[in-house]
Amino acid sequence: MIEVKNLHKGFGDVEVLKGISATFHPGKTNLIIGKSGSGKTVFLKSLIGLHTPEKGTISFDGRINTNFTQNEKQQWRQEIGMVFQGSALFDSQTVEDNVMFPLRMFTNKSDAEMLERVNFVLNRVNLENSNNKLPAELSGGMQKRVAIARAIVMNPKYLFCDEPNSGLDPRTAIVIDNLIQEITDEYKITTVINTHDMNSVMEIGEKIVFLEDGKKAWEGTSDDIFKTDNEAVVSFVYSSNLFRKVREAYLRETK
Amino acid sequence: MNYLEHIGKYFLMLSRVFRKPQRSKVFYQAFMKEIEDLGLKSLGIIMFISFFIGGVIALQTALNLENPFIPKSLVGFAAKRSIILEFAPTFCSIILAGKVGSYITSSIGTMRVTEQIDALEVMGINSLNHLVLPKVLATIFFYPFLISLGMFLGIFGGWTAGVLSGLFNGLDYIEGIQLDFKPFLLVYAIIKTLVFAFLIATVPSYHGYYVKGGSIAVGRASTQSVVWTTILIVIANYFLTQMLLT
Repeated sequence: MIEVKNLHKGFGDVEVLKGISATFHPGKTNLIIGKSGSGKTVFLKSLIGLHTPEKGTISFDGRINTNFTQNEKQQWRQEIGMVFQGSALFDSQTVEDNVMFPLRMFTNKSDAEMLERVNFVLNRVNLENSNNKLPAELSGGMQKRVAIARAIVMNPKYLFCDEPNSGLDPRTAIVIDNLIQEITDEYKITTVINTHDMNSVMEIGEKIVFLEDGKKAWEGTSDDIFKTDNEAVVSFVYSSNLFRKVREAYLRETK
Repeated sequence: MNYLEHIGKYFLMLSRVFRKPQRSKVFYQAFMKEIEDLGLKSLGIIMFISFFIGGVIALQTALNLENPFIPKSLVGFAAKRSIILEFAPTFCSIILAGKVGSYITSSIGTMRVTEQIDALEVMGINSLNHLVLPKVLATIFFYPFLISLGMFLGIFGGWTAGVLSGLFNGLDYIEGIQLDFKPFLLVYAIIKTLVFAFLIATVPSYHGYYVKGGSIAVGRASTQSVVWTTILIVIANYFLTQMLLT
């Protein structure tokens, strides 16, 4: 479980996060949504330790990350898997080397054992026979799947995804969403996803945190999002005609 | 950001670069790859330029020695001194600053803007140590060989130019090369090469690592890194010459 309490982060004179508190439970896909510039990416980067908060705490199963010793921090890092928006695959390395990289750096497994693990996770993300391809030879969806494979190869306890659907067609986006949710259920990982994609919100949003102007404006489930009267959420989620109609239909049915 | 801030940030970067590698096997593979990328792939241009510049130095020296009282062996002597003292260590390093420096900045800068460096950091890897240390050690290890080859080919180019043009005798040239040979000058050239190799690896890495923005920022950082590496090589050349030769 990840617990965030009163998180503040700024850059120069600009305060980006203004006291966010939230709890993310294991085995659930937790979504952070909000407009561009609402602080989603800074929040996610603070969770994974790329930004140091100015105030507030982030605890991972009771361990506060700013109190870690160097060794504890190293250990904690290995419990984290991260899928970046642009996949962030090492472009000079093949798919196999990309996925094997964390194993090479942090385990004492033999080459055969590492290869077995790499093939297992590549099969898990439905990417067989791509071991020797370079990232540039893959489609956007395949790159995302390699990034997911690399993120889960060390059996992480926490999985973070920054807009995993950006740049993907709707069908591939759903495949990636479902894959993340299956992996979350299967390994009981605490998954936190940063997204703009309302399809993801409806499909896999077991817990949703809505950020506005660096503050938590709302939280709930994908069912709650249909019922809420929160102005900020309604104006963000139902800005499209399609979702407005879906909401109206949902409310009619549940009356 | 002012110059002092950049200097401070550069030295802070170095303090993170010079740490024990997390995995020696991974480090060794990265080191060998950098030897190939930064060293072996520069062999061709250094060989080509050294040979022809050596030829030009010898021809111009010969053409400017019109006084019959000056021995023709002076051409070989002057060419040897110019090539060993300045051309090979300094000018070849400036050429490498352009070729290798822009490569280092653009490759690390692209890793920065595509979040590959963030990915390393999230995994718990010291990204500066992982990316920069192999480059620094590869240039320091390989460039003395590269520059020595440049010296040899420059002097050989001078001999070839003289023989082919008929401006001076090959034997006079060889006599000039052997004249007043001071091994310390070679040591001086190698010391300069080591300092320049360090600058060629670290200054472009600094520009690439701290780049902010997109592809245009990476391009701008590459240009800046070549300019600053060249400036620092020229300044270091002046101080090293004063310290070691005067």
